[in-house]
Amino acid sequence: MADLQSQDYIRRSASTLTPPSIRDHQQEVAKLIDVTRCIGCKACQAACMEWNNLRAEIGHFEGSYDNPMDLNPSTWTLMRFTEWDNDEGNLEWLIRKDGCMHCEDPGCLKACPAPGAIVQHANGIVDFISENCIGCGYCIKGCPFNIPRVDPVDHKSYKCTLCSDRVSVGLEPACVKACPTGAILFGSKADMTSWAGERIVDLKSRGFANAGLYDPPGVGGTHVMYVLHHADRPSIYAGLPDNPQISAFVSAWKGVLKPLALAGVAFAAVAGFLHWIVEGPNEVQPEDEAQAERLLKDSEKAL
Amino acid sequence: MNYPQGTLIRNTTTTRINHWITAACFVLLMLSGLSMFHPMLFFLSGLFGGGQWTRAIHPWIGIVLLISYAGLIVQFWRDNFWNRDDIAWLRSIDLVLMNEEEGVPELGRFNAGQKFVFWSMALLVPGLFVTGILIWDAYFSVFTTIETQRVALLIHSLAAIAAILVWIVHVYAAIWVRGSVRGMTQGYVTPGWAWRHHRKWLRRLAATGSRGPTPRAGGDRPTT
Repeated sequence: MADLQSQDYIRRSASTLTPPSIRDHQQEVAKLIDVTRCIGCKACQAACMEWNNLRAEIGHFEGSYDNPMDLNPSTWTLMRFTEWDNDEGNLEWLIRKDGCMHCEDPGCLKACPAPGAIVQHANGIVDFISENCIGCGYCIKGCPFNIPRVDPVDHKSYKCTLCSDRVSVGLEPACVKACPTGAILFGSKADMTSWAGERIVDLKSRGFANAGLYDPPGVGGTHVMYVLHHADRPSIYAGLPDNPQISAFVSAWKGVLKPLALAGVAFAAVAGFLHWIVEGPNEVQPEDEAQAERLLKDSEKAL
Repeated sequence: MNYPQGTLIRNTTTTRINHWITAACFVLLMLSGLSMFHPMLFFLSGLFGGGQWTRAIHPWIGIVLLISYAGLIVQFWRDNFWNRDDIAWLRSIDLVLMNEEEGVPELGRFNAGQKFVFWSMALLVPGLFVTGILIWDAYFSVFTTIETQRVALLIHSLAAIAAILVWIVHVYAAIWVRGSVRGMTQGYVTPGWAWRHHRKWLRRLAATGSRGPTPRAGGDRPTT
């Protein structure tokens, strides 16, 4: 992998130095998933498996269209089906393509302890570099969307790459290419946002007053965005977080605690050394030995 | 082990082996844990054969430490109860730090500093163990929610840093107070050392005719 250099990193996990970032003159990309146009055919899921050579273990029918029931190391995108009773008492079938959202401020990358195991490219794609992954699962704790999965056999974490291999050579992601209704689009983030704007105007004119774009500001926006008919309540779409943010616990752990802890440890060590050179060792004196001798002799007599 | 004539037994062979197993585990846990805590210390994972090995081995060492430290608790808890002497000793901590023995109260087997180290670790080690189990991704991640694991990670890190600070105090005190390290490596101290630092302990050994480490442990009479 090292022979195919990106040199366009804007973030690199567990790194205190600026990553190679000279080739940054490119547009931010985005995948737009128009939930309102999705027919739930799972062509995107199949295309993802095909392009990435992923074959999850065959499971069991669980009484749901969801198949498999959850993301796993070999399932990087998944159609999630929700039967939702709307306010008029009618049933709405909500279908959401779940997968990595490619956050502008990625919680996985923030939590990762392995240098270079997670990188963010200038175009916004967040990618896992498996050779650097140590399998700790910190990315899972960092992610506000519950996306990464660690494989129990090779102990590497996996998720959607936004087909970074395809995008880097000018192709759209496999799921986009496969979608038969145009529900998944790919392009610059600006273009996708403006196209979503047109869709939302259209949806509003058709009675979806709360239609809107899901590009959550809590994580700095995402490079996978949804057009939702009910953007006022994202969580009805199989638990899409209403206001995703990197957990305060993760921020405290990876933010203030890291430098504070090292400073504290260094302070304690330096304080010890200073005490040593100022006060010096506490040595037993000959008088101590003499006194102890006397005590032991006296008590021996007494016994 | 043959202790030189006229010395007192500070730590039995069992205690010493137990202590050094604990110490080795602690150092290995500290190195591997810090490598996963701060990017600048990630290079420490090289000592364990790389990041994957570090991640895999750290919790197992933790289990050994828990068992080992439990052994130390069993051996030391009786002599670590807080008493009035400890408060008096803490009041004269400035004299202690200046190596000034005049005016420092006589003490039993352990001083307040040693008791602080003992109880801190007695609290931190199980705390680190429980939170460590919660974030042991390979075996236990399926049993708890991600939010629980986030809290556990933060507590685990905080407790680990606290334990490292306590450990620095412990190691420095052992180096500073001459004769202490030998008390844990070869197991014996001179009567003068006991007179200077743990006079009540010495008086008790003398009164019961024990060589140490405690009157209960019996042992030969100290030969002078």
